[in-house]
Amino acid sequence: MNELALAILLPTAAALLAIAMGPRARLLAAPVAALSLLIAIRIALDVPAELVLGGFAPPLGIRLRADGMAAAFLLMAALSGGAAALFALSWYGDGAERREPYAFWPLFHSANAAVLAMFLLDDLFSLYVALELVTVAGVGLVLLSGTPAALGAATRYLLFALGGSLAYLVGTALVFAAHGTLDIGLLKGALGPTPGMVVAAAAITLGLLVKSALVPFHVWLPPAHSAAPAPASAILSALVVKGSAYLLLRLWFELFPSLGLEGVLLMLGLLGSAGVLWASALAFRQQHLKRLIAYSTVAQLGYLLLALPLAGGSGPAQPWSAGAWSGAMFQALSHGLAKAAMFLSAGAMMRAAATDRIDALDGIGTALPIASFAFALAALSIMGLPPSGGFLAKYLLLTASFASGQWWWAIPLLGGGLLAAAYVFRPVERLMRPRPADQPPLKPVPRAMEIWPMILALLSIALGLLSLPLFELLQIGNPRAAVEGLG
Amino acid sequence: MADLFDWLLALLALALATASVVARDRFPAVVLFIGYGVLVGIIWVRLGAVDVALAEAAIGAGLTGVLLLGAAQRMPARARVRPSLLAPLLAAGTATALMLAADDISRAPGETLGALAMAELDRAGATNPVTAVLLSYRGWDTLLETVVLGVALIAVWALGGDAAWGGRPARRQQVRPAGVLATFGRFLPPVGFVVGIYVVWTGASAPGGAFQGGTVLAAVWLLTLMAALTEPPATGSPALRSLLIAGPALFLLAGLAGSAFGALFGWPPGFEKPTVLAIEFALTASIAVTLGLLVLGPARRPA
Amino acid sequence: MSLFADPFAPLGAILIAVGLAGLVGGPDLIRRLIGFNVAGSGLFLLFGALSGRMRGEPLPTGPDPVPQAMIITGIVVALAATALGVGLARRLETDERPDE
Repeated sequence: MNELALAILLPTAAALLAIAMGPRARLLAAPVAALSLLIAIRIALDVPAELVLGGFAPPLGIRLRADGMAAAFLLMAALSGGAAALFALSWYGDGAERREPYAFWPLFHSANAAVLAMFLLDDLFSLYVALELVTVAGVGLVLLSGTPAALGAATRYLLFALGGSLAYLVGTALVFAAHGTLDIGLLKGALGPTPGMVVAAAAITLGLLVKSALVPFHVWLPPAHSAAPAPASAILSALVVKGSAYLLLRLWFELFPSLGLEGVLLMLGLLGSAGVLWASALAFRQQHLKRLIAYSTVAQLGYLLLALPLAGGSGPAQPWSAGAWSGAMFQALSHGLAKAAMFLSAGAMMRAAATDRIDALDGIGTALPIASFAFALAALSIMGLPPSGGFLAKYLLLTASFASGQWWWAIPLLGGGLLAAAYVFRPVERLMRPRPADQPPLKPVPRAMEIWPMILALLSIALGLLSLPLFELLQIGNPRAAVEGLG
Repeated sequence: MADLFDWLLALLALALATASVVARDRFPAVVLFIGYGVLVGIIWVRLGAVDVALAEAAIGAGLTGVLLLGAAQRMPARARVRPSLLAPLLAAGTATALMLAADDISRAPGETLGALAMAELDRAGATNPVTAVLLSYRGWDTLLETVVLGVALIAVWALGGDAAWGGRPARRQQVRPAGVLATFGRFLPPVGFVVGIYVVWTGASAPGGAFQGGTVLAAVWLLTLMAALTEPPATGSPALRSLLIAGPALFLLAGLAGSAFGALFGWPPGFEKPTVLAIEFALTASIAVTLGLLVLGPARRPA
Repeated sequence: MSLFADPFAPLGAILIAVGLAGLVGGPDLIRRLIGFNVAGSGLFLLFGALSGRMRGEPLPTGPDPVPQAMIITGIVVALAATALGVGLARRLETDERPDE
C-alpha cells in the first residue's frame, strides 16, 4: 500500500522544499497538515497493510508495515503535528526571511517525517536512520532561540541522544550478525536466549530508554523541551519522544518475548514507576510553566513501561483482553494530544505575558479564555480524570494490575494522578486570578493561536468518549504477547 | 589466523584511539584522532571492504578531522580533566559485555546476504553490490541519510546570528600569491575534481560512490576557498539552496515515479543503470555542497 | 569460529568502550565528540568483522555488501551529528558574538 511510504515522503518533501522556498515555506504548512491527516485516515481504514520498497523483499530490502497500533499513532501524529504547524503560522507571522522562522520549517517537517517513519518501518537499521534524523531535527529545534539556556539544553540533548543511538546501533549490529536480517517480521520468534542476543536486547533497550527520557536518563528533556519555541515543544513532547517509546514497546512485545527475560520486566516497570513519581514531584516544584509541562512529559512516559509487567493481565475483573497493552496505547495517544495542547496554550500565554513564569500568569484566564480552557481540559487527561483518554488509559492499567494480582502498580498509577492534580493546580489557579495592577499589561494574542490547542484538548477528551472504535483499531494485528503476556 | 600485520595494525589503532581520548589538550587529541581514522581506513581494506575504507578515510577521518581541527584551533583553552569513576567502569563493563556477545555470535553466525545481493543485481542498476544496496535495495535509507545531512546544515545555519543571516560564512582568505597554498590551490583542484567525478562514476561497478566522490569534491571546493580562488557563498542564495536539495529531491521524485513501474523506489526495467547513475550524480552535487557548507559553518558576515 | 580469528572484532568492542568513556567522561564537548566518533568507528568495525564471519558463499567482490552499505550510512550520519555538535561547541565557547 503506497500510502505507507507517502505518509513519510510527504513531510520529507515539505522539509526539502522549505529549505529552498525561504519565507514562502509557510505556504506548505496547511496543505501538508491536511494531506497528512487524509493519508492517516486512509491507512487506518485499510490496516493491516504492508509495502515492500522497490520490489526488493526482506531480508535484502526494506518493508513498511502498518497494524492498528501504527495507524492509531499515525492519526495522533497527524492531528498533533498538524495543529502545531498551523499554530506556528500565527506564532511566526509573515514577512521577510528571518533566521528562526526559516530554520523552523525544515526542522519541523523533518522531525515529523522521522517520527512517522518510526511508526511504519519494519527494519531495525532504517529505524536507526529515522532515530538519527529525529535527533538532528530535534536538537535543531531546541537551539533555535539562541539563548545560552537553549544552547546548553541542545548540547545536553545531543550528547544523550548520541549515546542512545550508539547503544541502539550496537544491539542492531549484533542482531544482524547473528541472524542475517534486520526485518522485524522475519526476526519474530527468532531471537533465542543466547548471551549475544541478551546483550543486543539490553543495548537496544538502553538506547531507547535514553531517547525516550525515561528515568534515570531523563535529565536532558526538561531543559530542552522548555527552551524550544512553543510549536516545537509541542511536537517534541507529543511526537518525538513518543517515537522511541513506541519502538520500545513494539520491540518488547514482538521481538524480545522469546528471550525469556521476565526479571527485566519487573525492573522496567519499576523504572517507569520511579519516573512517574519522581518527575511528577519535580514538576510540582517548577516556577516556569514550560519546564513544568516538560517534567510532566517525563512522568507520563513512565506509565508506558507499566505495560510490560502487566501485559496479559486479564481475568474475571476485565472481560476484554490485552488490557494493559491497550492502556499503554491509550496513554501514549491521549498524552500526545493533551501535551501538544498544553504546550501550544502555554505558548499563547507566553506571548501575552512575555514570560512563562507561573507567578506572572495572573489574569490570563480572562484575557485568553480559550487557551486557558484548553490548558485545563488537557490537564484533565494528564491527571487521568473521566471522561478523558488519559482516564481510560489509567483505568485499563489499574484493572490489569488488580486482575493479575500485581496490585502494587496501583501506587504509581494513583499516586501519579494525585501528583499531577497537584502540579496542575498551581498554574490553573493563577490563570483564574485577576491581574494585579503592578504587573505589566497582557499583550494581545491572535485568536488562531488559541484555537489549535483547544481543538487538540477537545480531541484528547473525545478519545475517552469515542474509545470503542479506537480500541478496536488498536487490536488489529496486535502482538500475541499483548494478550497472553510477556512472562 | 590473521597475520602479524593485522594484529600490529589493531594494536596501533587502539593505542592512537586511547591516546586521543585521554590526551590533555584539544589539538593533540584531534590530530591523534585523524591518525586513528586513517588506520581504521587501512583496517577496512584488510577486511576487504574497500567502499567502506574510502568512506572512512574521506569522511570519518578526513572531514570529521577538519571539523574538529577547526574547533580545536579557535578554542585554544586547555580543558580541565575531571577525574571520574563512571567512565572507566562503564568502559570495562561495556567491553566485557560486547566481547561475550561477539564471542557467542561468532560461534553461530547468521547467513550472509551476499548471494541474494548478487542475484538481484540486474534490477539494481549497478554491478558494485555495495552501490546496489545503497541506491536500490536500501535506497530508502540513503534518501533519509541525505536528508539528515541537509537538516544538520540547517541546524548549523541556525546557530548563526540574526544580523548576519543569509550572509557568507567567512571572509575571503588572504593568501601570498607565490606561497604553497596558492600553488596547491591552482594545481590540486582540477586534479581533485576529476578524481571526485571518477570515484562517483566508477562506483557503479567498482568501489566508490556518491558519498566518497562527493567528499572529494567538497574537499576540492574547500581548498579553492582556502587558496582564495573563490569566495564563500551567500547562504541566503536561492541557487545554493536549490543545489542543496537537488539530490534528495530527485531521488524522492524518482522513487515516487517508480510506482508507475511496479513499485515505489523500483527503477524502470531496462533503464536501471542510467536512472541510478543520474540519481548518484545529483546526490553527489548535493552532498559535496552540503559537506563543504557544514565545514564552513553559519553565516558570519552579511552577504 | 573463535572470536580472536582476526583482531578486528575484539578491537571494535574495546574501541566502543574507550569511545564511550570519552563520550561520558570527556572534559568538554569537542572531546566528547571525539569519544563518540571513536565509539562509532569501533562499532562499525565490530559490525563489519562479525559480518565477515557469516556463513555463505564468499562474494567475488568482497564480504557481504549489506553491512558495508549500512556502515557507510552510519559514517555519514555520524558526521552530520558531529558537525552539529561542533557548531554548538563553537557557539558556546567562543567569546565572539555570533554577529561579528
